[in-house]
Amino acid sequence: MVPGLKHGLYRFRPQLLPKASEWAEGSLARPLQRRLSSIYATTADPVKGSPTGVAQSQLLLRTKEEVLGQSELQAQTHLQADVRQMNLFQAINDAMRIVLATDDTSVVFGEDVAFGGVFRCTMGLAQEFGPHRVFNAPITEQGIAGFGIGMAVMGHTAIAEMQFADYIFPAFDQLVNEAAKYRYRSGDQFDCGRLTVRTPCGAVGHGALYHSQSPEAFFTHAPGLKVVVPRSPIQAKGLLLSSIRDPNPTIFFEPKALYRAAVEQVPTDDYELPLGRAEILKPGKDITVLGWGAQLYTLEGAIRLVERDLPGLHCELIDLRTILPWDVATVVESVKRTGRLVVAHEAPLTSGFGAEIAATVQQKCFLNLQAPVRRVCGLDTPFPLAFERFYMPDVVRCYEAIKEVMAY
Amino acid sequence: MYTVNGTFTSRWALATRVLTTGVRRSWRSECPVRRGYSTLDETPAKMQQVPKASRASSLPRKAQFPGVTNSYFTNQLVITTQMDPIATYQVMDTDGVVQDAGQEPAVDQELAVRIYREMITMNAMDKVLYEAQRQGRISFYMTSYGEEALIGSAAALHPTDVIFGQYREAGALLHRGFSLEAFMNQCYGNALDLGKGRQMPVHYGTRDLHFVTISSTLATQIPQASGAAYALKLQGAASTGDAEPKRCVMCYFGDGAASEGDFHGALNMAATMECPVIFFCRNNGFAISTPASEQYKGDGVASRGIGYGIDTIRCDGNDVWAVYNATKKARELAVGHNRPVLIESLTYRIGHHSTSDDSSAYRSKSEVEDWKRRDNPLTRLRKWLEAKGWWSPELETRAQKDIRTNVLKAFAAAEKQLLPSPQETFADVYAAPEISPALAEQKAEVMGLVEKYPDYYKIHEFQKSGGSQS
Repeated sequence: MVPGLKHGLYRFRPQLLPKASEWAEGSLARPLQRRLSSIYATTADPVKGSPTGVAQSQLLLRTKEEVLGQSELQAQTHLQADVRQMNLFQAINDAMRIVLATDDTSVVFGEDVAFGGVFRCTMGLAQEFGPHRVFNAPITEQGIAGFGIGMAVMGHTAIAEMQFADYIFPAFDQLVNEAAKYRYRSGDQFDCGRLTVRTPCGAVGHGALYHSQSPEAFFTHAPGLKVVVPRSPIQAKGLLLSSIRDPNPTIFFEPKALYRAAVEQVPTDDYELPLGRAEILKPGKDITVLGWGAQLYTLEGAIRLVERDLPGLHCELIDLRTILPWDVATVVESVKRTGRLVVAHEAPLTSGFGAEIAATVQQKCFLNLQAPVRRVCGLDTPFPLAFERFYMPDVVRCYEAIKEVMAY
Repeated sequence: MYTVNGTFTSRWALATRVLTTGVRRSWRSECPVRRGYSTLDETPAKMQQVPKASRASSLPRKAQFPGVTNSYFTNQLVITTQMDPIATYQVMDTDGVVQDAGQEPAVDQELAVRIYREMITMNAMDKVLYEAQRQGRISFYMTSYGEEALIGSAAALHPTDVIFGQYREAGALLHRGFSLEAFMNQCYGNALDLGKGRQMPVHYGTRDLHFVTISSTLATQIPQASGAAYALKLQGAASTGDAEPKRCVMCYFGDGAASEGDFHGALNMAATMECPVIFFCRNNGFAISTPASEQYKGDGVASRGIGYGIDTIRCDGNDVWAVYNATKKARELAVGHNRPVLIESLTYRIGHHSTSDDSSAYRSKSEVEDWKRRDNPLTRLRKWLEAKGWWSPELETRAQKDIRTNVLKAFAAAEKQLLPSPQETFADVYAAPEISPALAEQKAEVMGLVEKYPDYYKIHEFQKSGGSQS
């Protein structure tokens, strides 16, 4: 890894360039208008006149009434009605603040964590809880993972940050051979269930090969781990609190495109959302559309478009939320009703987690299926900078896939 | 500066080297010294002379950079190639004679005899279990022949210090009080094995004795030890009063494991986070077949400790009292000052790497025999004990006989045990009672087949299902 490169991306100073207004016609060659993040977030391009992007999403709960109406939150009767507007990184920060304040054994650490983290998730925590509980680690992902495992084995709540999911691989051995197997191999004498590894993942428009990857599927091949991907600030806070308190080691992938783009009214209280349970975000009778993390906003955009173009079509949208162990029952029940499944993720198609879902669904829903299970995924290439638009399982690809599956 | 009769190297020793350039003769006897040569004449240069410009002020100019804060400028292009070798701390010679009475450890007869008996026990256990593997009664084994003095390190710890081992530290576990039966049950992976029969032989672990379960992966335990030590440090800081003794972590590994990235990450983290951990490198000269000369180029493993700013001791790993004293001192630093310490214990692996290895393919039998005769940890301690009048040939004969009997008894008992319930295949992947939906289905399928084909699955060798967690 090249830390300078990582930082370079985020320390780029645009004011050193001429301002946009200074690119006068004729005087300076006008650059091609490139909006790198135009398939994301607030600046997303409409597709066929239909709005897309997180800013247009109906999945985010933007009013207190919507929040209080959410069934999983409703069930938590202790929740006060207080909510605060937070984006995803603030919700993550809020969850860690709650843990640090209520669990004396908890620590938060990783590269550049003390000053707030390169994505600002740990802002203010070192000041509030002290340098012994919130601290920088040297750049050694395997060291960080091992250190966290060791702390967890001693009964401490260890929240470790890997600066980018792309850099988690030096820790692969620690996570797959150690964290996942600790309890099993010791006959339940030792475990590192109090370990949570947080890491930003996914595409952002300019991350290229090493700031864009979604490596969740690698870790689903390691029984003993839990793998979680939240879609929104409310989800991130509740799922992170559950992951931290779950008695099993958990890898928590945070879609970094959503850190600032996804904003919700988040309950200020301590609350948990269930692991291992998918959530039906939009019920529908004709086709099941399944994803997790930032991909859900793409799927939402595709569904909006396809339902507009095919009047009477009702798509069911499901957020898997926990990738390992995954909620087979909810997905299978849905597909048995709809007879069709499209599953989408940013990670490459081959051996992506969609493959596991497709295999399970064809086995359990064979006679219910009206069409083959369709996967819409990242390409089987490294993640390319200039060609990200082609790589991504974007609204157009998802829209076309849903239409094809309906027409099968 | 910490010194133990000139054998104990600290980060401060190196730091002072820079400050004392130009007066090399006076500090050479105390500190490790870097040797250098000038690129201009390619002959060993005089050690970093004080630059002319700063001679007037009699102080060299300090180099002010954020990366290194205690260096000085020099106008000579000096390539640092090596340090003087780090000395090897020894208490008694190969005949068990203490060289410097001041270094004789304060151990009573009971402890000294106990350690010796444990060494004999290790040998007896190794002999029986090695043979058992050869006869196909257990699947695998690793002996500790030649490295028995490691028990001295365990004796220097507090019983509640947490041990993270590699795989050849059965002696430390024996000293902790792990019973012969417990060793045998693990090697058989039977129903009484604390690890529930899931791991290969010698992957011991016991929560009660603070010995974290072994995994086969090399060096993964080292950063975990750093983290565990940091946890102990936080717990120590949070505890009130002296009701509970402060603890440290002991982490064992071999010279081969020290080549893994985890070793480097672990030492760096322990140094920067000031963790009370002892890194104990059993440098036995071989990583399976690869000799140390092909494993690393520097001055053993100890020199790396200095590089990480970690207090470092190198000792004669066949001298149980050198190992004991070194560990005692390391523990003082770890527990008393939250300083990580690296101990490199030099020894020789008399046995094969494991039962899957035949070392005659890469080293001569005469070399091994020579080591065994010339520098045997048991012989050294026995001679020391006999000189004290604490041991005799009669006691030796009786101990050998009694211990062998006990080992065989435990072995026979373990062999009679059934294997754990097949249900244990599916437990403990996640914290009970959770089982993943996928595994729940697999369990139903496999158990159904086991019921259908009991003979094929040799179900009579396992404890009956039921009563166990699902």
